[in-house]
Parts: sequence; structure tokens; C-alpha cells
Amino acid sequence: MGPVLAGILQLLALIGALALAYIPLGNYMAKVYSSDKHLRVEKWIYKGIGANPDTEMRWPAYLRGVLAFSAVSVLFLYLLQRLQGVLPGSLHFSSVNPAQSFNTAASFVTNTNWQSYYGEQTMGHVVQTAGLAVQNFVSAAVGIAVAVALVRGFARSRTGELGNFWADLVRGTIRILVPGAAIAAIVLVACGAIQNFSGIHEVGQFMGGSQQWNGGAVASQEAIKEFGTNGGGYFNANSAHPFENPTPFTNLFEIFLLLVIPFSLTRTFGVMVGSVKQGYAILATMAGIWVGFVALMMWTEFAHHGSALQAAGGAMEGKEVRFGIGSSSIFAVSTTLTSTGAVDSFHSSFTGLGGGITILGMQLGEIAPGGTGSGLYGMLIMAVIAVFIAGLMVGRTPEYLGKKIGSREIKLAACYILITPALVLVFTAASMALPTPPHSMLNSGAHGFSEVLYAFTSASNNNGSAFAGLNANTDWYNTMTGLAMILGRFLPMVFVLALAGSLGEQQPVPATAGTLRTEKPLFTGLLVGAILIITGLTYFPALALGPLAEGLAS
Amino acid sequence: MNNSVSSTLRLLGAGLRALLVLTLVTGVIYPLVVTGVAQALFHGKANGSEIKADGKAVGSSLIGQSYNLPLKKGQQTPDPDLKWFQGRPANGLGANSVNRQYTLLLSGATNLSADSKVLIQQVKDAKAAVVKDNSVPGYTVRPSEVPADAVTSSASGLDPNISPQYADIQVHRVAAKNGLSVAAVEKLVEDHTEGRTLGFMGEPRVNVLELNIALKALVAKS
Repeated sequence: MGPVLAGILQLLALIGALALAYIPLGNYMAKVYSSDKHLRVEKWIYKGIGANPDTEMRWPAYLRGVLAFSAVSVLFLYLLQRLQGVLPGSLHFSSVNPAQSFNTAASFVTNTNWQSYYGEQTMGHVVQTAGLAVQNFVSAAVGIAVAVALVRGFARSRTGELGNFWADLVRGTIRILVPGAAIAAIVLVACGAIQNFSGIHEVGQFMGGSQQWNGGAVASQEAIKEFGTNGGGYFNANSAHPFENPTPFTNLFEIFLLLVIPFSLTRTFGVMVGSVKQGYAILATMAGIWVGFVALMMWTEFAHHGSALQAAGGAMEGKEVRFGIGSSSIFAVSTTLTSTGAVDSFHSSFTGLGGGITILGMQLGEIAPGGTGSGLYGMLIMAVIAVFIAGLMVGRTPEYLGKKIGSREIKLAACYILITPALVLVFTAASMALPTPPHSMLNSGAHGFSEVLYAFTSASNNNGSAFAGLNANTDWYNTMTGLAMILGRFLPMVFVLALAGSLGEQQPVPATAGTLRTEKPLFTGLLVGAILIITGLTYFPALALGPLAEGLAS
Repeated sequence: MNNSVSSTLRLLGAGLRALLVLTLVTGVIYPLVVTGVAQALFHGKANGSEIKADGKAVGSSLIGQSYNLPLKKGQQTPDPDLKWFQGRPANGLGANSVNRQYTLLLSGATNLSADSKVLIQQVKDAKAAVVKDNSVPGYTVRPSEVPADAVTSSASGLDPNISPQYADIQVHRVAAKNGLSVAAVEKLVEDHTEGRTLGFMGEPRVNVLELNIALKALVAKS
């Protein structure tokens, strides 16, 4: 069997596994967020928080909950890093400097997990386990909570009530993320991922002398890193490090983990709005884009254009032998089309077009299938836009799932889709125009520009992967990517929740013969078109300067 | 005004309490339980899959090593010890720049782009070296026979594996340097070649450390 066929079979196996999980996990998540019952452990937690989980919140209250929790999280994680030098159990690592601490705190709270530090030499057990790993759980739970609030806005009528943020946060963590991650972590350990608290290992070598590596709670963090589409590696090499991702099986398993919640949430959506077919239409859009991107990526990586790759005889620079080109391509596309940003191979050394595909994946807004929660709400916003465009074509007031898309709704959706491109392009332009920031580029020319474009695309879209040639550990990049991550995470949430409130207050309009059938393939096609056109028009000039120029030159 | 300040403080207080409780669950209980189960069920793997040879730990089967001669005077980079099978280049591997009381392995890739002049040079130099080192009397390696993994740096810098093709072109050299027959070394490589998992996952590979341990045992026996 050739590597291309093996790559295709791995893709098919992955699709099969995701399909098997789709209905049970989607239904289960719908039950989690619709149930009236509280588990005993949840009741203890609510008592600890001092919140009544049965109080319904309108959108401003829900938003205040999200913002308060996230603000406290940023501060807590910042202080934890600043105090690392005096915390016990930190391997005597020193405290992290202020700019980098801010960047890392913003990064993990926003589900971005951009890393301007080297995990193995910077973060001790306490910060990794009680700080970073915790945000891997709760930032994912916040994302799902906001998505569920939007779904409730579609599902409910004549009420502005969207549920209780604390209940959604706690349930997502306790009933979905913790059990899922625990099982996944054990599977990873069984395959060779490490899980211990024994500090720095010193082990003899074959040729004499010894090597030092970090021990740590790696598997437990790796599991939630993928399952919650976080992506922040315990080690610098992230999921390419053999202790995080030891075998070809764990590689596919990790791709499965990072895709399963975002895809299955479309089922949760379908169940909660009372029509699973609506969920299938959204799923088809996500899956279509994802498969298309994987096919393109495999094609360009196997073709290995680029002088250095031609000289080597294959695109193996920055890739591991055990994964090979096929499996690495699937990982690269999946991590950039979700908000994960974990890497099992280094995107900077991909072919010019391959690197461009990873950037474009993020620029679509990470909605195919996107991050935990953020993928679904991003896609639903695009659906609102697509319905609106269709409405303009036939001269009818657009409606989606029985809700009118009036001027207030379309304004909120338009604000949502403008924020991220504005952040990406303004920050990239500033970094290129100012005198010092360009010095951080490792490569020159088109690829150097791509490094900067990638950094702000990744930060503003809360992805966290990097064209790691860029030296991002400078005050400029630490501060600016930190700001891009915070603005790129929470401003869109404001508009999502406002939209949810506005939809929930409406009285549903009955479907008529003139209503656009949003569960049909026609709508899926329209939605894919809207996504590609809007993203293409926004980013084409920037892409032409970077990856396209590089890809065409080789 | 006072009212909104106090309600904001109340909300932040709730946020802080939520964070602390969830930290207890996901940052203390969860990792401890997973560690407990992992240490009980998969003790060796949870601690880094160390391998022993002659009763001494010689590394982890998952972490690549270098097989070099000691540095000579005035040398910047050591020469490979051609008695042993060689792994992939690791130009992205670093040494720690903070917390320098340790000498940690710093995993990483070169991140050089596909059209980088530096990378082109690295690849060309590596290819020339592979051809030169592995061509022994009676056996010449052609540049076209050198697989891509032999001349490119891995993603982690710690790749424990090489492709079976790269192992194959090293067989004649290793046999000659150790005074073994080519057939015996070929057999050794074959025994240490792992196919795709279930026939389709990942790529076929050879673990260099395990192969060298077996080679050492074979040399000692003969």
C-alpha cells in the first residue's frame, strides 16, 4: 500500500468514527443542557459559587457572567505565572515575565492557546496542571455555553431568557469534558503518553552521558487539549512530541478528539430546535469544507512543491516518520479548521500552498467544524447571513428556523463577521509598518509576511497554532497578540448573545411556500458559497502577498 | 453608581469562587486520579517508556538520540559514529535558555520554509553526507535512493524512528564497520521494522535505539 492510499484510508476511518459518535454524543449534550436535574456534585459546586442554577438570565446577564468569569480567570492565571518562582511543586522554575504572563493568560482563557514560551523550560507542574489545564476545560465549557445560549434563542419564543451561565458552565465541565478527557487520557497513557509528577528525569543514553526530560501530567492535559479544541502543548513541539502523541493510532485518536464535539454539536442544535435535519444541513456544510480542505492539503503535501522539499524528495521537513505525510495533513487541516491549534507537524515548513490552506482554514472563522461551541455559533451567524442574502435575491423578508432576520439581527451578525478580519488585518499591517516588529521574522520575503499574517490570524481567531519561525516572545507580539485574542474572543460573544436575546424575544413566523428551506442541500450549497465568498473577498489581498506568492513562485 | 460597583464586585466574586471550585475539580482531582490510574495500570509507559540494555537505562524508546563520536578539539558539531545506525537530522532541537540549572531537551522544528535557502543548503549537505557515509567498497548509494526523512529535520527534533528505506541504505556500512555479514544486519533491520498500525495508520518505521541495542548485542555475540 502506498502512502497516499494509507492517507485516504485514515481519513475514511476518522469519518467513520466521527459518524458513530455523532448521534449519541449530540443527543447526550442536548440532554445535558436541557435537563432540570442537578447532580449532587453540581449542587455542591453551585453552593460554592453561591449561584442559583435555576435562575434564568437574559442576554446581558448571561454575558456579564461570561465576562466576569473570564476576567477573573485571566487575572488568576497571570498571577500564577508571576508567582511561579515561589510556588511549591514548580521544579524551581523562575517566574514568567509580565508580557509573556499576560499573553499566556489571555491565550488560555480565550481557548486560543497561542504559546510564546517553551513549555518544557518555562512552566512547572503547578502552572501547567492547576492553571493551564484548568483553562483547557473551562474555556471550552464557556464556548459551548455561549453556543447553547444562541441555540436557545432560536428554540425559544417570546422570552429573552437564555438559561443560566453558571449551570451551563458547570454542566459542560462536569458532564461532558471531565469524563471524556479522563477516558481519553487513559487511552493515551496506554499508548505511551507520560503521566507522572516526578519532575525532571535524567536518563542514561546509548552512547553514554545522559539526557534530561520533563515529567509531568502530560496525558491528562493532552486529552483535554484536543477534546476542548485548545491546543496548548505541554512541550514545545506540541503533539509532535513523542510523549504527547506516541503512535500513529494516538495521532488519529487526537484528531478524532478535537473534531468530535464541534461536529456533534450540530446534532445538539438540531435536537434543541426540534428538527435534526436542520442540524444535518449545518453538519453537511462543515463536513464538506473539512473534507475538501483535507483533500487539497494531501494533494499539495504529497506533490511537495518548493525547492528545499524537491531537493529532499518529499515534504518531511517538520514532520515525524511515524505519522508520515497523509496523517500530518489531516491533523494540520483539522487543527486549523477548529480552534485547536495543536500541531503534529510544523506548518511553517509545509509547501507554500499547504501553509496557505492552514491560514485560510482559520480565516474562514473556524467554523468547519470550528471550536467547541465557537464553531457552532460562528456557523449559525454565517447561516443568518446566507439566509439574508437569499432573501435579498427573491425580495422577501428572510427568516431562519421560524425567526425573522430583521435589521437588528443582520446588524448584529454583520458586526460579528467584521470583528475578526479587522483585528487580523490591522494588527498585521501595524506589525509590518512599524520599525521593530518585522525583526522577529525567521524567513524573508513572502514567507516572512505569512509568518506575521499567520500569527494574527491565529490569535484573532483563537486558534493558537503558529508559523513558528516568528519569534513571538517580544513585548510587541506578546502584548498585541494577547489583545487580539481577547478582543477576538469576547467581542464576537457580545454580538452572539445579543442576537440570541433578540431572536428569543420574537414570536415565531409560520413557514410558508415562500420560506427558504434551510434543511435542504440547496441551502448547504448557498451557505458554503457565502462563507467562501465573504472570507475570500476579505482576505484575498493579504493571502496574495503571502502564501499565494510563495506557492506560485515554487 | 455604588450599586453597580457592588453588583460588579459580587459578580466577580462569584466568578472567582467558580474558578476555584472548578480548579479543584479539573486541576487537582482530575490529574491526580488520572495519574493514579496510569501509574497503577501502565507504570512503564506513564514514566517515559525507558529501555534498559545490560541492566542500565539507555534512554526512552520514544525519544530519539544522537549516535556521535566525542567532539574533537576545535570541532563545533561532532561526527556521526558510523558503527551505529543514525537517526534523522534534528536541527530544530534546542537547549534551554531559561531556568538553566537544567540541561533539558528542548523539542522543536527548524520552521524553515519550503523555499528557504538555509533549508536547501541543509538538505543538500545532509544528502551528500548520507551518500558519502553509506557508500562502502562494493556498495554505492545513489542520491535518488536517499529517502526524504534522512535529510530533513523532524517536527519534534526527537523523532525516534527512521523509514525502513533509510535503515536499508545504512546496512552495508554498519555491517562493514562492525565486521558483520550484510545478511545478518539486513535480518536485524527486518526484525525491527514496524509496519503501519492495522495496515493503514501512519507509516512503516524502524526504532533506531532499539535497533542499535540489538546490533550491540549481535556484535558482542559474534
